[in-house]
Amino acid sequence: MKPNSISPKASIGSGKDNALKQDGLNEPLRTRRRRLSLSVGGVIGLLIVTFWALMAVAGPLFAPHDANAMISDGYFGPLSLEFPLGTDYLGRDILSRLLHGAPFTIGVALAATALACTAGVVLALVAAASGGWVDALISRTQDALIAIPNKIFALLMVASFGSSVPLLLLMAAFAYMPGSFRIARAVAVNVMTMDFVQVARTRGEAMPYIIFVEVLPNMLRPVMTDFGLRFVYVVLLLSAMSFLGLGVQPPDADWGSLVRENIEGLWAGAPAVLAPAVAIATLTMGVNLLIDSFGGRSKREMEK
Amino acid sequence: MNEIVRVSGLRVAARNEEGIDVPIVHGADFSLNKGEVLALIGESGSGKSTIALSLMGYARSGCRIVGGSVRVGDVDVLKLSNAQLAKLRGRTVAYIAQSAAAAFNPSKSIMDQVIESALIHGVLSRKQAQAKAVELFRELALPEPERIGARYPHQVSGGQLQRLMAAMALITDPALVILDEPTTALDVTTQIEVLRAFKKVVRERGTTAIYVSHDLAVVAQMADRIVVLRDGQIQENNPTEQILAAPEHPYTRSLLAAIRPAARQGAGDQEAASTEEDVLLDIHGLEICYGTKKVLQDVDLKIRRGAAVGVIGESGSGKTTLAQAIAGLAPTTAGHILLDGQPLSRTLAGRTREQFRRVQFVFQNADTALNPKHSIEQILGRPLRFYHGMKGAQQQRRVAELLELVQLPASIAQRRPGELSGGQKQRVNLARALAAEPDLILCDEVTSALDTVVGAAILELLRDLRRELGVSYLFISHDISTVRALCDDIVVMYSGYKVEAGDQQAFVQAPFHPYTNLLTNSVPELRQGWLEHCGAAKGGLPPIGEPASVANLCPFLDRCPVRIDGLCNRSAPPRGNIAGGSEILCHHSGADLLKAQESVNSMKLVGTYA
Repeated sequence: MKPNSISPKASIGSGKDNALKQDGLNEPLRTRRRRLSLSVGGVIGLLIVTFWALMAVAGPLFAPHDANAMISDGYFGPLSLEFPLGTDYLGRDILSRLLHGAPFTIGVALAATALACTAGVVLALVAAASGGWVDALISRTQDALIAIPNKIFALLMVASFGSSVPLLLLMAAFAYMPGSFRIARAVAVNVMTMDFVQVARTRGEAMPYIIFVEVLPNMLRPVMTDFGLRFVYVVLLLSAMSFLGLGVQPPDADWGSLVRENIEGLWAGAPAVLAPAVAIATLTMGVNLLIDSFGGRSKREMEK
Repeated sequence: MNEIVRVSGLRVAARNEEGIDVPIVHGADFSLNKGEVLALIGESGSGKSTIALSLMGYARSGCRIVGGSVRVGDVDVLKLSNAQLAKLRGRTVAYIAQSAAAAFNPSKSIMDQVIESALIHGVLSRKQAQAKAVELFRELALPEPERIGARYPHQVSGGQLQRLMAAMALITDPALVILDEPTTALDVTTQIEVLRAFKKVVRERGTTAIYVSHDLAVVAQMADRIVVLRDGQIQENNPTEQILAAPEHPYTRSLLAAIRPAARQGAGDQEAASTEEDVLLDIHGLEICYGTKKVLQDVDLKIRRGAAVGVIGESGSGKTTLAQAIAGLAPTTAGHILLDGQPLSRTLAGRTREQFRRVQFVFQNADTALNPKHSIEQILGRPLRFYHGMKGAQQQRRVAELLELVQLPASIAQRRPGELSGGQKQRVNLARALAAEPDLILCDEVTSALDTVVGAAILELLRDLRRELGVSYLFISHDISTVRALCDDIVVMYSGYKVEAGDQQAFVQAPFHPYTNLLTNSVPELRQGWLEHCGAAKGGLPPIGEPASVANLCPFLDRCPVRIDGLCNRSAPPRGNIAGGSEILCHHSGADLLKAQESVNSMKLVGTYA
């Protein structure tokens, strides 16, 4: 019983050849879709983020000195040719220490944010697609977690288990997962009500296909925007932990601990305390500028 | 003469994403005399709303009025400053939008919103304005004109809201009223009431109006002149009688041809092919409750293999819920659904892949039914792979075949839904259902979001597909003429009950169930004067006493023009057969109904087939 097997009248060659040569209408449409338009702020943000991303990977290679060598006689030294960003309270080169700290700050924050968002989004998709008691269980658990203040939670974890990079990473991921879940679930619930999801359900598709193939691509933009925001929070949380002396432990140092180590230099107006602070500020601002321009673009597209 | 509006050389351009201006209205010229009603008619994208809005000096965001002049009275609207335009809008030119539900502020009372423009323009004092509003409510045949103003928008029906919006527009006695598709979103039975109210007010007050619509039959009732638009260009501008009787432009003729799909004789051939016993889908005693509210009650339905069954009813009648129940999206609370004798599980979880394959659902709105992030090839390829395990070149070949089957070029396979037109999307939507090689396709209002001409082409395609592939359809629509054109059997739903069921022939001639009769008579006809003479929803209903608290009273009791006191409000109606072969849920016998309906309907038949 296959009433549908109609023989095509014309000879239909391999689908792809046919598709490519048929009409010129394709071209302007495709270029329009691929066009990436960023505002001036977005371009600045993109440049800053690219710069720091490079530094996170290759920073230590560019460092002019050994990060832990006490090579200068003077502490809190000024900017000079030999020490472009001055020296710290032990006479170490700040630029080298900053570059060595970049992988800690950016890398750990990135990994933690990725973990937080992945876990949050997957849970959100499962909750939205299942509904009923599964949704209620996941949502209420996440609500309970969201009620714990991040910094208190972080302090508690460090106090219980001692500070280490894996712990910091997991702790930050765990602390920011509920927020990510909340946003992703709100978006996913909206997408779940769309007809194409109903079509997939009446086709008999299983949940993984529905959530990853049908729903996820349609919520990427808000999720990416949320990812950027959350990354900034994680950077600030990790820096704050390090500033309190509970983050990355000496002799390694991330930017937060660099600020703390050199806090004494504030009285002397030493560049040693300013440079890491400026690094944190530019990174967070750069990421914000970039995601703001994403948000603007999606808003404009929505209007049409 | 008394010229009130003169539009000359009006050009409007829209800016696309590359920042290039694309003209969307190329030099429109027309004029309008005092007290005349002019209709702008065309498909979506023809520029009819754009022209209507430019009469208020307004262009939608992304659009710009680039040339020409629009004179209303003795001012050139396009030369006014924003402050002057603000004085003009709502005072000299008033606007009635398509969706009154979206145009009203849900948190303010209706009266406040209706008199707002009179107060802003300082035409009337609050007291005078309220008195005038009540007077308008009465003229527009709104219930409880004294008190309706105190309600909020969600407390009145869609048709009432549309009339309230007319009151809002007329409160300042504007020189010109623009009605932008004011009845498109309404059911036919509501549309007729709204049209009557509009027409009465327009005639009595001598209002000058511009009526924008895609529906020629509606326009024929309202307008003195019709301007036919296509792609931003005026094709024809003539008095209504002439457009209907002797259209000059070929495009106008094609519009007239597409507007009422004629019932096909082809439907008869199908019946010979399938025997009575070959029942594909058998629904028995179906009931669905949302909480305590029953949205479907005691529905029986049989679909024979290769047959098309139409389901009609107004919004809220449960017709979509019925299709969802068959697809497994709406869990049933009682009754059973058999596919080829095998019971279908009431939820999605209990069904086999084979059962999923055999029943496919085509959604009303192709914009939301196609995933915007997937290419057409992915959309069509998925069911092929899912049901038939097709991959690679074989899948590509089949996708191309499917596209050809729904008359689309194979080149669109690489595009995404956002790059296709509404009609193309609906074809892809259909092709996806066909990819499963189903036995039954559930079509939920598949043509109602489309322009008349495009919708007619989709209907044609459905008819061809049925002939070629032998699939069955459950075709849901609110439009009885569409259903009559495509289906062998027709079911009429009203508030969750099946009130009439019969074959297509039974729906050509009286007797009908009183509700079917109302539906049939409410479909606007392409002749002037239909609105004044048609029998639907006219005159008072026979008075009845308080309904008894008996279960399953006739659902149509409140609106039935032939209800009987002491019978209809006392006992549940039986199901009985009437002449013509229909089964109806009514106390009346076929002979009674025939007598009541014949006088009006004989005239109607002349109108339809003249």
